[in-house]
Amino acid sequence: MKTFAGRAAAHPVRSALAVALLMAAALALRNVDADAAPASVSVSITKFAFAPQDITVAPGTRIMWTNRDEAPHTVTANDHSFASKGMDTDDTYEHTFATEGDFAYICAVHPFMTGMVHVRKP
Amino acid sequence: MTTHDREPSANRVNRRQALSCLATWTASAVIWSVTGGVPRAIAATGDGRVVPQASGTLTFAQISDTHIGFRKEANPDVVASLRHAIADIKVLPQNPAFVVHTGDVSHLSRPEEFGRARELLQEFGSLPVHVVPGEHDTIDDGVAGYLRHFDHDGNGRSWYSFDQGGVHFVGLNNVLNFKAGTMAALGDDQLAWLKGDLESRTPSTPIVVLAHIPLWTVWEPWGWGTADAANAMALLRRFGSVTVLNGHVHQVLQKIEGNVALHTARSLAYPLPSPGQAGVGEPGPVTVAAGDLGKLLGTREITVVPGRQDLAMIDTPLER
Repeated sequence: MKTFAGRAAAHPVRSALAVALLMAAALALRNVDADAAPASVSVSITKFAFAPQDITVAPGTRIMWTNRDEAPHTVTANDHSFASKGMDTDDTYEHTFATEGDFAYICAVHPFMTGMVHVRKP
Repeated sequence: MTTHDREPSANRVNRRQALSCLATWTASAVIWSVTGGVPRAIAATGDGRVVPQASGTLTFAQISDTHIGFRKEANPDVVASLRHAIADIKVLPQNPAFVVHTGDVSHLSRPEEFGRARELLQEFGSLPVHVVPGEHDTIDDGVAGYLRHFDHDGNGRSWYSFDQGGVHFVGLNNVLNFKAGTMAALGDDQLAWLKGDLESRTPSTPIVVLAHIPLWTVWEPWGWGTADAANAMALLRRFGSVTVLNGHVHQVLQKIEGNVALHTARSLAYPLPSPGQAGVGEPGPVTVAAGDLGKLLGTREITVVPGRQDLAMIDTPLER
């Protein structure tokens, strides 16, 4: 974070963005603390890969995927239990995992892109 | 063919290579004449004389990967690029009989993108346009949205065939039917249809196959291939002249397998890296200097000369 903060200070826009992101993060954390809203986890789609590619979460967790590529992608469960529409750059898709299990998914545009969500009670 | 496998990219064939091929190829040779960076394949006799355009030849044009709806840095105006191509094709000295579009008509399979693309393709006027779907055309609801605008035979199916100028043309859909972690495939239903479609054709009938993704494995980690291409090749092998026209990889590549010549075409939207290009981890749009984009996009003119096994092709960039 040291490098990032240093760069952000040099760029007013980035600096403002960083502050906004921190505030958003702080608000999100407070919400979780306050009313035990479902935990939220982010997965990035970048350079034709899901990151993290393999993730373990507790039941009730909401995962939000964000497409950071110029190319469109989807989040499509192998068992079709969840599927996004085609996601353009910066589009997001959310799915809440209610039950335990292993959920493999792919990008239906680029089926060589694979991801895995393990839902386990903590 | 060791030194003459035309595998990498036609636009890398230099004069020395072209001359060396010319010196050793047999009567079925093609002259690659590279002028101003434009590779031209021209039908030639064994001694290198260019064959005058015989009557009864069929000329058609190929465009590909228009990605209507894309408006990012790599090409902020794909509509202008398509219009440029349409204008170029309409003034070709050899009037093409029709145009083929080898897929990725739209960028995100959105109805408005298909609608816009259809309007733009109508600017070809009286030239029919035969389209096959790309994976960008089948994103949300499989092939349903695409077929609402580009149902070739009106039978709700994305593969088809037709005959023109003594040539049997086959349009295929090789962008669906995938399993997780693999390349897309034609699928058993389509292969069964293809078998039946080809059955009654004589081996001397020239066959031209249209499909979006290359029907050979160009680079598997990026999905640049068709999982069950071998099954299609097995059906095509008995024919004396088979030409496969693909898109998807946004660059000119070729491969010869016996009597089957496979060619990918340039895009009309944006360039992609070369297969597995070092330092590039993924097949995403490549942004080049504004003045260079038109040199990397382009169209193809194809001429079928009766009695010749190979088709004459000219790949032309939008700008030189």
